[in-house]
Amino acid sequence: MNGSSPAVLETRNLTKIFGGLTAVGRFDLEVRQGEILSLIGPNGAGKTTVFNVVTGIYRPEEGQVLFRGEDITGWKPHQIVKRGVARTFQNIRLFPNMTCLENVVAGQHSRGASGVWSSIFRTRSQRVEESRFFEKADRCIDRVGLSRFRNELAKNVPYGRQRMLEIARALACEPALLVLDEPSSGLNAVETEELMRFLEDLIREDALTILLIEHDMNVVMGISHRVAVMEEGRKISEGRPEEIYRDPRVIEAYLGKEEN
Amino acid sequence: MESSRSQGSGRFFGSRQGTLMAVVAAFFIYPFVVGDYHIDIAFFFGIYALLGLSLNIVLGEVGLFDLGHAGFYAIGAYTTAILNTKYGIPVLLLLPVSAVAAGLFAYLVCSPIIHLRGDYLCIVTIGMGEIVRLALINNPLDLTGGPNGVFGIDFPSLGGIFVIDSPIKYYFLIWTVVALTIIGLLRLQKSRIGRAWNCIREDEVAAGSSGIDVRHYKLLAFMLGAALAGVAGNIYASKLMCVSPESFTFWESCLFFCIVLIGGMGSIPGVLIGAAAISLFPEILRPFAMYRMMFFGIAMILMMMFRPGGVWPRKRGEGAP
Repeated sequence: MNGSSPAVLETRNLTKIFGGLTAVGRFDLEVRQGEILSLIGPNGAGKTTVFNVVTGIYRPEEGQVLFRGEDITGWKPHQIVKRGVARTFQNIRLFPNMTCLENVVAGQHSRGASGVWSSIFRTRSQRVEESRFFEKADRCIDRVGLSRFRNELAKNVPYGRQRMLEIARALACEPALLVLDEPSSGLNAVETEELMRFLEDLIREDALTILLIEHDMNVVMGISHRVAVMEEGRKISEGRPEEIYRDPRVIEAYLGKEEN
Repeated sequence: MESSRSQGSGRFFGSRQGTLMAVVAAFFIYPFVVGDYHIDIAFFFGIYALLGLSLNIVLGEVGLFDLGHAGFYAIGAYTTAILNTKYGIPVLLLLPVSAVAAGLFAYLVCSPIIHLRGDYLCIVTIGMGEIVRLALINNPLDLTGGPNGVFGIDFPSLGGIFVIDSPIKYYFLIWTVVALTIIGLLRLQKSRIGRAWNCIREDEVAAGSSGIDVRHYKLLAFMLGAALAGVAGNIYASKLMCVSPESFTFWESCLFFCIVLIGGMGSIPGVLIGAAAISLFPEILRPFAMYRMMFFGIAMILMMMFRPGGVWPRKRGEGAP
């Protein structure tokens, strides 16, 4: 990855405090156009908190989040989605009693404008918008290989497929930056391999940028262009996967200090 | 009541269209073969159907617990009563006015509380409904007539030309409104708006992260629900020719809640079944009036045990109506 690509997402001095606990402290991160950046770290390091601040679920105590140079700190989640950041969740959050297709169409919501009256009177623009929504959703659902589940309720779909469904919904938001929270957790080896190829395709063919939290080191080392390591709310290391792999601070964070 | 089948699936009776036609035909014939008493029963079934549909937007589609819906109903009824008796504005012209008044009221009272979840919202809406009722009893600005209410509301008319002055005309008025409402709501269900509501019901956080403005759509549901309750209030006020606070008690809100729960949350045919149960049961059980509440209670408990999704839950996916 070319180091001079412009930053898509930038956090500056980001701080999030819960009660007396600093979950994230003075956290700086830069995600560059077209890269896969993995955020790793031990449990409780604050990775998901960073995601929640970036996607507007939490408001930070301090610091800024910049998306394509625009300050989006403290914006509501739907505003951030509309700007082009879509996400998935660590513990899959689908709409369980809606069909897979309806789940994915939901991602298109911010790309439409029809309101109550145009929906009741089925105006021309509303019908055009609906068919555009469903075409897009169909493409997203095909893309993750879930076509045969499209009319199944999301809660009846196998776990591994639910992960892909959630990614399809995020893609339907038409994002520039995809933020994935442990996409491979709960997947078997074959599914994980498929996921890695899929994410690489997204980077190559769709010019997306991906920020992910990941615990599976095969995924991290296999597809990341860069890796950032967190411990206790702070960034302790950042660099190419092979550099991170050898960084003594990272080894210490994961395995503890060698007694001597 | 026959009309409860109007959105029915036709699996038991041949084609769906056929069933629908039969129901509509029965609906037109019914008032001509029964007496005024039975027409009035069908009228009140229609009122409860409209109120059930209105609460179904908030409770069924978005999953917000609203136990103060009678408050919106009251705002609609009193708007019509006061403007008609004091200023002589025709009742039919006041129909949209009542809807707007109730919707606006919902916007004002729900804006500050809309972020509350589940039980918390429920308790605040109970308070809201009670405050409306107590305010009406206290006769603010000498407008509401205190505990006695407002008397002498006209028949619905457009200033003398088109007067609704008999049970049969009222029957057609309410069921026309219900039918139009159903068409509108079915279309909303299958739109960006209806899907956004359902997403919020399923998972609020995921809805926000899919680009849905959660607060906006919750408020919209409350406003639309309140506006429809306001329409019901308008028709109810002119039918009874008077309104008083005792028509808008917490118990009424509970009844609306039961209508949605019995039928199945978010299911329009379900609401019609629920409304039929609530409005017809008391008639059937008249000989046992003493035990009416007990029957209700037992029925609700059995429902929750054996059919928690309601009598006619909404189906999704291929072939869903």
